Amino acid sequence: MNARAASGQPRTGSQAESATARLSRLLTMVPWLLKRQGVEIDEVAREFAVTPAQVEADLMLLFLCGTPGGYHGDLIEAEWESGRVYLGNADTINRPLRLGVDEALALIVGLRALAAVPGIGERDAVVRALAKLEAATGSVSAGVSRIQVLIDEGTGNQTMALALAHQALEAHRRVHLRYLVPSRDESTERDVDPMRLISFDAHWYLEGWCHRAEDVRLFRLDRIEALAILEEDGTPPLTAEPRDLDSGVFTPHPQDQLVRLALGPGAVWVGDYYPTESFEPTPDGGAVVTLRTADTAWLRRLMWRLGSQATVLEPSGLALEVRLGARKALEAYAGEATPAGSTAPSG
Amino acid sequence: MSTKSNAADKTERLLNLVICLLYTRRPLSKAKIRDAVPQYGSKSSDEAFDRMFERDKDELRDLGIPLVTEPFDEFFDDEPGYRIDRREYALPEISFAPDELAVLGLASRAWTQASLAGPAAQALRKLKAAGVERDDSSLIGIAARVRTVEPSFEAVKDAVLRHTPVAFTYRTASTGQVATRHVQPWAIAYWHGHWYLTAFDTDRQAARVFRLGRIEGEVTVEGRPASYEVPADHQPKEMISTVTVERDPRAAVLRVREGTGHSLRRQAATVGPAGEGWSLVAIDFTDTEAFAEEICSFGPDVVAESPADLRESVIRRLAGSLRTSPSRQSGLLSGEASR
Repeated sequence: MNARAASGQPRTGSQAESATARLSRLLTMVPWLLKRQGVEIDEVAREFAVTPAQVEADLMLLFLCGTPGGYHGDLIEAEWESGRVYLGNADTINRPLRLGVDEALALIVGLRALAAVPGIGERDAVVRALAKLEAATGSVSAGVSRIQVLIDEGTGNQTMALALAHQALEAHRRVHLRYLVPSRDESTERDVDPMRLISFDAHWYLEGWCHRAEDVRLFRLDRIEALAILEEDGTPPLTAEPRDLDSGVFTPHPQDQLVRLALGPGAVWVGDYYPTESFEPTPDGGAVVTLRTADTAWLRRLMWRLGSQATVLEPSGLALEVRLGARKALEAYAGEATPAGSTAPSG
Repeated sequence: MSTKSNAADKTERLLNLVICLLYTRRPLSKAKIRDAVPQYGSKSSDEAFDRMFERDKDELRDLGIPLVTEPFDEFFDDEPGYRIDRREYALPEISFAPDELAVLGLASRAWTQASLAGPAAQALRKLKAAGVERDDSSLIGIAARVRTVEPSFEAVKDAVLRHTPVAFTYRTASTGQVATRHVQPWAIAYWHGHWYLTAFDTDRQAARVFRLGRIEGEVTVEGRPASYEVPADHQPKEMISTVTVERDPRAAVLRVREGTGHSLRRQAATVGPAGEGWSLVAIDFTDTEAFAEEICSFGPDVVAESPADLRESVIRRLAGSLRTSPSRQSGLLSGEASR
């Protein structure tokens, strides 16, 4: 199954959907509807991530199908003129099809990862759900154990911060953070109302309403220098919405400065890690990317970190800053020979 | 006829076929199926029907529908019959408690949009179709997000599930060298933000760990499914973690400008004065190259004093930052970095 095509935005009529993908939806939709007589078309559309028009087209198709014979009494009954859906005479397909491999895998691997999350209060529910799911999927889930998502609690102070943040979250208490903004190499103090803890990429984050920024912010736990649970209630404002993390933890603004970078093969991960406006692979295995940022301090640091593997193409001011900074840093080692002609390994 | 209505016709035909084969208690012959499913009747020739029916059967099986072939009459074993076993077809009756459903919802949303989010959502719908009500995972304050940005993920995952030997082009991290690797995939694991493949490398006759992000281009299948065994005691995590780290820590001495290098100061064993505006920071590290990278990221604010190999790596990297100045960018793009 093509996961990329199957997910995401509601399907519009213009996109070509394969007959089997549609069949798969119909076979799930029928039992779902049978258990929810009178459900609104809009809700069906939301649940199945399709347009209401597609739901009606699906119902129209169901209406034409049924058990052999093709007589009136053999066909599926479907009624939706009132905007509410009623379905009948579909006993043959009143149960959903067993989970497919990718379906079982997505849930089982996800649950196993959750079970390993340190401090999760629902571990018991995870274990029960997992047992039921594995029993229901049988042989399909056999190979799934060889696909793993390993989440750990990190090391050192990250573990401590995770435990404290979790405690504050459960007690709905505000926290005070001393937080390192490494991109600016700056330590900051702020009060935060915790919303959730997220394991994303290689790190744990605390998401919360930051009273200093007056906005929702993500704080990487390994950058929290000190965390104190305050007496104040920590319920975030009603307007505080969790961030959509699908494109990563960085959210650029459209008016931010546009930066163009040339990345060597050892630095193409930058294109995955930060939201880029464009990504053009180069023949050497590297790439030219553009991204937007309000603050170039972190980019300067990223460029020094990447060494010969990355170059700022635009703006020229930033390119110069990177170069001057590197030269100044090298002055501290004056007199020591720089290995001529060698390039830094990609790490 | 337009493509769109062709697809709709086909869905209708497949759905009627599924209903018909679930409905029958006895296996049905092809002729009976042709009569029972109206969309087959209009096909002009027997050959055209045969071809269409064969394709339909395959596609239903690909969807996971257990379409079985059985002798439909014990006295005439020359022609098979077809049916779908209802017990094999249907998701078993399972009921989930509200808290179980909440964690299932959470698990299904662990996959970001461009990964297994589609199958995860479909799986959750099936479980909910079986009768359970809404899941409220918003009350659980913990979430995990898993990305599968590596283009090779889909192919490698399938190879792991099916035990299929594969080949791919791989760029080795330490040397940057690119080579074709022939492997028997064992497992894949997401660890510290990356997907890793553990596999038996048939050229090197040894187990190896590969980072999916370093696979370039297509993954090609090089054998039949189930053509090798995975060691029963294989532990992907142990293998990956031993390859990706851990050496004994060594002591480094750095000069750090006052008011900077916060993350280094936090990890420091000792921090002392080092003349006007500078601190002397003693700190442990394991991976020289990774630590040199971190030191470089502070630009002129941090100087590596010792050990010598760390100092050399920092110098080499900073010199690299100078060499790839914009005046040399065309050189970089035409392949300097890939040497």
